[in-house]
Amino acid sequence: MSTTYTIPVGPVHVGLKEPITAWLELEGERIVNARVRPGAIHRGIEFMARERNPIQVIYLSERICGICSFSHVICFIRAVEDLAQMNVPVRGQYIRSLVLELERVHSHLLWSGVACYTIGFDSAFHLGMQMRERVMDVLELLSGNRVNYGVATFGGVRWDVTPELEKALRGMVRYYRQEFTPFREIVMEDPVAQARMRNVGVLTRDEAVRYSAVGPTARASGLRIDLRKSSPYEAYADFDVEPVVPQDYFGEAHGDVLDRFAVRVLEVYQSLDIIEKILDGLPEGPFVEEANLNKVMASLKKADGTGWGIIEAPRGDDTHIVSLKGGVDNVLWWKVRAPTYANAVSWPIMFRGNELADAPLIINSIDPCISCMERMLVTDEREYRSEVVTRSELVKRSRQKTFELGSLKSKYVPGGGAEQ
Amino acid sequence: MITRIVPQLLKQLFSRVATNPFPAVHMPPSLTEVMNNPDAPLSPPVPVGKRFRGRLSYDRSKCIGCRLCIKVCPANATEYLPGEKKIVIHNDRCCFCAQCTEICPVKCLKMGSEYMISSYERRANVVTDTGPAPETRQA
Repeated sequence: MSTTYTIPVGPVHVGLKEPITAWLELEGERIVNARVRPGAIHRGIEFMARERNPIQVIYLSERICGICSFSHVICFIRAVEDLAQMNVPVRGQYIRSLVLELERVHSHLLWSGVACYTIGFDSAFHLGMQMRERVMDVLELLSGNRVNYGVATFGGVRWDVTPELEKALRGMVRYYRQEFTPFREIVMEDPVAQARMRNVGVLTRDEAVRYSAVGPTARASGLRIDLRKSSPYEAYADFDVEPVVPQDYFGEAHGDVLDRFAVRVLEVYQSLDIIEKILDGLPEGPFVEEANLNKVMASLKKADGTGWGIIEAPRGDDTHIVSLKGGVDNVLWWKVRAPTYANAVSWPIMFRGNELADAPLIINSIDPCISCMERMLVTDEREYRSEVVTRSELVKRSRQKTFELGSLKSKYVPGGGAEQ
Repeated sequence: MITRIVPQLLKQLFSRVATNPFPAVHMPPSLTEVMNNPDAPLSPPVPVGKRFRGRLSYDRSKCIGCRLCIKVCPANATEYLPGEKKIVIHNDRCCFCAQCTEICPVKCLKMGSEYMISSYERRANVVTDTGPAPETRQA
């Protein structure tokens, strides 16, 4: 007879960078079931936006996430530009893409370092962190600060790429081309690292489709999805961005942690290529449409409607929906759907059949940003009485909605079943 | 077992230290004593970049009291004094976005390069006037 034990990992745990709880049901060392329970780091950022005007919210959206701060800013700004019908000069679009790619490089480097740390490969962790400093230095040179860049504004960017900066960027690309391959080989060809990551936390292609995984998590399962390719934004239409999938490089996609590692590492090379293409093709001209902030504020006050922004953040698709009301300074409402929210649904699937010791690695393998995710779940919690909405509940509701629509339709269709 | 990390580790034995120097080489017996002692042998802070956004400086005589900086400040770090038609900046709330320096019509606000601004006293972070000269002093 087997006995199952339920063990919580989190909300505060050495293997986790941010507070989240995973209740794991164990049979011996094997995880048979898992329940993820977020809700420990809600900060109410969307509510704070309601007492601020769009220009102030730029810097609020920067603080959603400490790693992909620029992705959230661009996503929010694109949503506002979408509803206010603003144009961005080509040079501004190129500089935005440049910073987005720099951010992808530093995010993936950070993640690969942390993944090594999670399996106890501290030498590789320090190596990854040491390499990450170079891109952080470049970002500091470009924007002034290391984490909250404050580069983007409505209708363009705030700081230009100077010749000095271009030199630093080219030096950085050269440095990574030279230094990054040893790091990749150190980790991916290490037998111990392979044993820890191969066939751990598997998410098959079908499961990735069914549970709507996004970004590198979906690509590691073999799905060819990348918003930079399927719906190019900013300057990405000028560069041929191909989704990085493991089957192109290793023959087949396992959808395990090693594949997720490989996808992120290979995307760093892709980002370096894109950065070089941006520097080669950086057009001359203005980098901001309207430099006078007062005019921008006045036009945003007049703007009315709802706008969308969807971009490929380092972790997956990031979606912002913003609504402004004409004549009102402040943002009417703002909804953020961070990539971790879509990826976290796959956690229970990835956990099943693995050992307890792999749990922190699996949690980290989707590159979770709990602070990004938390805003979505709390509204759910309010509606469903402090219970996170489950998939079966969603399916039930979705089916119920279809059923209701069907019965509604039959009411107006002659001879329908409503009167019976 | 010889793995690929070994040559990398050997290479690092002879390369320069990657991190910035910590203020004190070794942990002192009393940290408070060292912090309060101006003559303590500390490693100097790393110089900041050209576009670095640090502590705000404010030229009170130039300010015309238009309140635009208050309108764009995301962190509500600027406070208006209605009687004098001037502002007070609470640097402990500032999020260093430099939006106020951009919108200021008379350019009386400027981001300095000072970044070690924590203090035991809150009042040390309230800027009422730093004079017309731009603040370039390093912390």
